[in-house]
Amino acid sequence: MSEHVRLWQEGPELDGRVPPGSIENKWDDLRFSMKLVAPANRRHHHVVVVGSGLAGASVATALGEQGYRVSCFCFQDSPRRAHSVAAQGGINAAKNYRNDGDSIRRLFYDTVKGGDYRSRESNIHRLAQISTEIIDQGVAQGVPFAREYGGYLDNRSFGGVQVSRTFYARGQTGQQLLLGAYQSLTRQIAAGQVEMHVRSEMLDLIVVDGIARGIVVRNLLTGELRAVLGDAVVLATGGYSNVFFLSTNAKGCNVTAIWRAYRRGAVFANPCYTQIHPTCIPPSGSHQSKLTLMSESLRNDGRIWVPRHPGDTRSPDAVPEPDRYYFLEEKYPSFGNLVPRDVASRNAKHVVDEGMGVGPQKNGVYLDFSEAMERLGRATIEQRYGNLFDMYHSITGEDPYAVPMRIYPAVHYTMGGLWVDYQLQSNVPGLFVLGEANFSDHGANRLGASALMQGLADGYFIAPYTIGNYLAGTDRTAVTADAPEVTGTIADVRNRLSALLGIQGRRTALALHRELGHIMWEQCGMARTAESLSTARTRLQELRESFWNDLYVPGDAGSLNQNLEFAGRVADLIELGELLVLDALHREESCGGHFREESQTADGEAKRNDEEFSYVAGWTWQGEGAAPMLRREPLEFEAVRLSERSYS
Amino acid sequence: MKLHLRVWRQTSAEDRGRFEDYELDDVSPDSSFLEMLDLLNEQLLEQRKMPVAFDHDCREGICGMCGLMVDGMAHGPIPGHTVCQLHMRHFKDGDRIVIEPWRVAAFPVVQDLVVDRGSFDRILQHGGFISFATGTAPEANSILIPKDRADTAMDAATCIGCGACAAACPNGSATLFTAAKVGHLGHLPQGQPERYQRVVGMVDQMDAEGFGGCTNVGACTSVCPKEIGQDFISQMNRDYRRAMLGGAGD
Ligand SMILES: Cc1cc2nc3c(=O)[nH]c(=O)nc-3n(C[C@H](O)[C@H](O)[C@H](O)COP(=O)(O)OP(=O)(O)OC[C@H]3O[C@@H](n4cnc5c(N)ncnc54)[C@H](O)[C@@H]3O)c2cc1C
Ligand code: FES
Repeated sequence: MSEHVRLWQEGPELDGRVPPGSIENKWDDLRFSMKLVAPANRRHHHVVVVGSGLAGASVATALGEQGYRVSCFCFQDSPRRAHSVAAQGGINAAKNYRNDGDSIRRLFYDTVKGGDYRSRESNIHRLAQISTEIIDQGVAQGVPFAREYGGYLDNRSFGGVQVSRTFYARGQTGQQLLLGAYQSLTRQIAAGQVEMHVRSEMLDLIVVDGIARGIVVRNLLTGELRAVLGDAVVLATGGYSNVFFLSTNAKGCNVTAIWRAYRRGAVFANPCYTQIHPTCIPPSGSHQSKLTLMSESLRNDGRIWVPRHPGDTRSPDAVPEPDRYYFLEEKYPSFGNLVPRDVASRNAKHVVDEGMGVGPQKNGVYLDFSEAMERLGRATIEQRYGNLFDMYHSITGEDPYAVPMRIYPAVHYTMGGLWVDYQLQSNVPGLFVLGEANFSDHGANRLGASALMQGLADGYFIAPYTIGNYLAGTDRTAVTADAPEVTGTIADVRNRLSALLGIQGRRTALALHRELGHIMWEQCGMARTAESLSTARTRLQELRESFWNDLYVPGDAGSLNQNLEFAGRVADLIELGELLVLDALHREESCGGHFREESQTADGEAKRNDEEFSYVAGWTWQGEGAAPMLRREPLEFEAVRLSERSYS
Repeated sequence: MKLHLRVWRQTSAEDRGRFEDYELDDVSPDSSFLEMLDLLNEQLLEQRKMPVAFDHDCREGICGMCGLMVDGMAHGPIPGHTVCQLHMRHFKDGDRIVIEPWRVAAFPVVQDLVVDRGSFDRILQHGGFISFATGTAPEANSILIPKDRADTAMDAATCIGCGACAAACPNGSATLFTAAKVGHLGHLPQGQPERYQRVVGMVDQMDAEGFGGCTNVGACTSVCPKEIGQDFISQMNRDYRRAMLGGAGD
């Protein structure tokens, strides 16, 4: 422990402010007890919303509809392009339209268990309760969900759950839900309730007397820096998977907004909980800039294998049956190719590490449909997976009807984020955090189709109440643009931009980002050990130094400078990487997406340590070069019993 | 492979702009078009020159952020693909490739290959939504929608707002974009109460933004990465005429 004392300082416990009472009634009771802002007074309150994805667009809309003045920011050229647009599979809701035994309780239970008992029970129960309203909301907005012939909504089973509760719009559910939210947002923009600022990047949080009072934004086209003051600040800025460089996230996804808030005092929770998706297209070379997800449903009919002997370079059709290693089927006879995401991912890594990888880069495993084609016929396979096969063909140039697909795991989602209480407020009063940017609902592992649900629950149905409660319940003195905290924060941002431009070294932001990803993926990816994490710590420190000594950014800060934007994001991702690794090092257990090799069962499964680690790890910035402070929020399970996962 | 690139460079909206030629070696046929541009930009940085600005985000054909003219074709030569989904294996060693921004009066160039598509957002602000407030939604299955109508609405709703339609159109018209939103909402029962008001508001704004008129050339559909069909345009024109004849509300 003595070393740990130096790696972090112990701090006081965090209180999630969970309301008392039975789990079914907590949210109702709280809503009743919350203070309201009178309709005529709402226009006197200004709320700053950063982000226009599902979480940001929905909260900006709902607040605008209630009569608040809202300013909303995104870095793309339109709010409709936020990364939520890329979600494919669907959105969960406990509608029980199939009469198959689904209920709020079951969705709640599945989510707690899926998160490997590392999330706050009360939040998840509320999420399950709200889930049904989201579908109603989407339909009213004109979201063209899939329908059955009778005109009713269709849904499907997704991500290994036993009921059908996933609503979808072809393979473009995120796009359609986002367009629904964007249309409602557009209506508020047209009505003058929401002022939308595109191509604007938040570069810092303004905190006055310990309260969040605004942000510093840079206009990406003109370079203008300004403070935007408000009565509350909402961050809905998405996830930070790009700390691994290669991920399924959009290129613009980054950690800057929440990282800057962390450096201003907001607690960062569970940064090490990252989700790795097993079915992505493997990188094809050093030019690779991102990875593409292939739907998990492919594992229903595809068989995963590699040549049994390392170094076997025969083409797949030349490898006879006895020389094929169907590693999931052999190791997990009852679940076979359908084991959960993390188990499938780790096993694929294992065989590739052993030299059995396939493809030109030897970095994939086969997902083979030849047997399914024989059994079901090509037409059925085409009907089930046609669009995915086309996408694969277009990216790799290989025809998956003729040769087996190649897949490999990739980082996909980050469960960690800024810590929030039951009301989605961070420890900094006036700062609310929504969607993937917060840590709230998915514990150590997120179930498929539940991120869209969470973002929209936060934005449409939770934060509009709790922000009102905050605004009604606190007296805030007016902050003016010449307050020292405001001018000081702008000056900090300006200095930082000058620093980035002033290094004038030789390495590009892209090269440094690639190196960051390489360190994170190799040392802190699918399997982590005390040793690999220590190596990562050293290498990240070196990388940070190399960044600040040898970066080259051309141009100036007075106009559109995409390289400057990117360099700033990479700088923050490197610092986050260091905290992520520290969190992974401190959590000496395996849970969900966090696998510590030291903590596994006899058959290689993740082994939790509930005695010691049943808590949320909340990290607090203590200044440049100082060890961060660790604050714990103990997790208690009243409605669900803790139990072990088993797939053998 | 080796490529000869001719790329549009323009420092700002005020700058007149010009083509510049670059030679690029070692392009992998497996890389995407935007990864090829990444490589070019790394080479420019090495020479301590300003990289080429271009918009992109998802790099998988869904966000609508990317958009380039490749040899005069919006999103390049492969139908049904955005330029971020275009791979270099469709080009040959030694090819000369001309890369330009969208050339549309209502999309002013910001820098190099980046344009301002704010006009699209403003068209949608003139009725591209259903007037409904959070909290008032009825139970989802109380609105039944025949499957074929829902499917048609979805065909239109897949529009990613990239602007290729306008860029390909000799008149610089945004008709396919506008028709896609009119068609999406107009095919759903929820969209009926505002159907005629919507089409008039959006079409008038499209004109006000300086987009050209539609003369049924059809170039828009052929470059649309989501292959949105011309029939939505006919449908929009019918709705617009009916609205003008006072049919609103029928
Ligand atoms: C390929 C893929 C498929 C997925 N499929 C599913 C699925 O089927 N079902 C499911 O439930 N989930 C899915 N997910 C996860 C889900 O899509 C995301 O978790 C979710 O959409 C995140 O929404 P958000 O609103 O929190 O953030 P985002 O949609 O990422 O939005 C972030 C917003 O913040 C803005 N922003 C960020 N930083 C700044 C800044 N500094 N200044 C100004 N603006 C800023 C951005 O411009 C953007 O508007 C998928 C994810 C991926 C990558
Ligand atoms: S970058 Fe998103 S569509 Fe091309």
